[in-house]
Amino acid sequence: MKKLINDPSSVVRDALIGIAAAHPELRIDHENRIIYRGDTPKKGKVGLISGGGSGHEPLHGGFVGYGMLDAACAGEVFTSPTPDQMLEATKQVDGGAGVLHIVKNYTGDVLNFEMAAELAASETGVAVESVVTNDDVAVQDSLWTAGRRGVGVTVLLEKIVGAAAEAGQDLAQIAALARRINESGRSMGMALTSCTVPAAGKPTFDLPEGEMELGVGIHGEPGRTRVPTGTARDIAAQLVDPILRDLDFVGSPVIVMLNGMGGTPLLELYLMFGEVAAILNRSGVTVARNLVGNYITSLEMTGCSVTVLKTDNDMLKLWDAPVNTAGLRWGA
Amino acid sequence: MTADTGSTGAVSTATIIAWLTVFRDLVTANNAYLTELDSAIGDADHGSNMTRGMDAVVAQVGSVAPESIAELFTSAGMTLVKTVGGASGPLYGTFFLRCGSATPAGATQLDSTAFGTCLRAGLEGVVARGKAQAGDKTMFDAMAPALAAYDQTVGRGASLSAAGVAAAVAAATGRDNTEPLVAKKGRASYLGDRSVGHIDPGSASTTLLFEALARALSDT
Repeated sequence: MKKLINDPSSVVRDALIGIAAAHPELRIDHENRIIYRGDTPKKGKVGLISGGGSGHEPLHGGFVGYGMLDAACAGEVFTSPTPDQMLEATKQVDGGAGVLHIVKNYTGDVLNFEMAAELAASETGVAVESVVTNDDVAVQDSLWTAGRRGVGVTVLLEKIVGAAAEAGQDLAQIAALARRINESGRSMGMALTSCTVPAAGKPTFDLPEGEMELGVGIHGEPGRTRVPTGTARDIAAQLVDPILRDLDFVGSPVIVMLNGMGGTPLLELYLMFGEVAAILNRSGVTVARNLVGNYITSLEMTGCSVTVLKTDNDMLKLWDAPVNTAGLRWGA
Repeated sequence: MTADTGSTGAVSTATIIAWLTVFRDLVTANNAYLTELDSAIGDADHGSNMTRGMDAVVAQVGSVAPESIAELFTSAGMTLVKTVGGASGPLYGTFFLRCGSATPAGATQLDSTAFGTCLRAGLEGVVARGKAQAGDKTMFDAMAPALAAYDQTVGRGASLSAAGVAAAVAAATGRDNTEPLVAKKGRASYLGDRSVGHIDPGSASTTLLFEALARALSDT
């Protein structure tokens, strides 16, 4: 294993020290591993918190700031943070208008956020709502699985809901908006290589030359099928087709995110976006906004994911509203 | 030494401390094995997470020195919830927290039946939290048979020591039986049929939990 780390067991701690050094506008609670906006809590604004395993940067810490999250709880690499972190963040960001927990649908994240919400209810007077994202079409949603994973839509949701909170919407409105966004978005990912969790020291799975994992998640977990690699055009079709089969996007403006898994050059991500946009165009889907880059990653994995979100004018207005975070910044 | 029949032995605070300490030793010794199982169908962190959590549990128990069995369970449960993360933190944490709630406050000794009631409450907590059923390829598939074997052994009047061994053997069988199953809960469920042919990492750590219990009960 070759990595820019001091010790596998101190990766998250050391990275938080670096984030604090790079971003004096943020407040870092090193003990509880929470990244806060410098100005939280804001009186009367709904507090937004998220969190998850580390290794997906810029998600979630990179999205803390004006127009997005109030706090992000960092877990170990690919491991959910713990209820006491989320409880502490909930207390800290409440400006009297309640707090929304944004949770990606993974068993660990859901269980820990559930316990945090229970603790918040019994130990504090803070009103808490939770939204669980589950946009990954690679996973069959049935009684027989843990359900679809929360992936790319989480990024778009944090941006749009962040703008709504900034605009003064109340907790019920914001929770409803968050659920509507989740229901309107779909994602699909693929990997060309695996990734190495520092504590494990070797790649999570072995992916030989000429093969790719289709339907891969964001934790280096194997995907649903292993297939031969193809051209970018072929791969784009294999990502977009299941998304379009799952939800009808025709007739509404969509936001498309072409997301890198961490190890793929922007050159290839833009190349892929061109292919994806062409397919959407041919399918009669109107791409109103886009995001190309590494936003929800899986350490150094190479590969990408596509997220398509059906929107309306109100949602687009919130998307266009100013945002000022380490990972996403415009208009501010 | 306890005779093979007649439940003369009792579970004491020392037994619980031994249980937690041996469990810590076993997850530490099997750290790489648990992570390897988790690499196949999960996300390669089960060994390191459980080791981190149990190290913290043993350190916490050592520094606070809880005086009753309920306090020991509650301390272990809260520490796991705070330090493990993932799904294992809430699940193992809830197991010990519920064991604690089911233990009479202040008790420093439990007979085999009362201890079985605690374990049963722990299992019910795991089910309430994780919503797993038999055959879902989870820690439940090791824990439920372990408790059934414990109850059955105690029920026929055998010693705590024998009940502990029976529980560990049943857990190991339950663990091995997860291999051909399709995972229906947790991250492995995303793999569908590709989870077949792999042992569930949670059932493996739960087997270590009952192996540790068997060793702790061998001194009762």
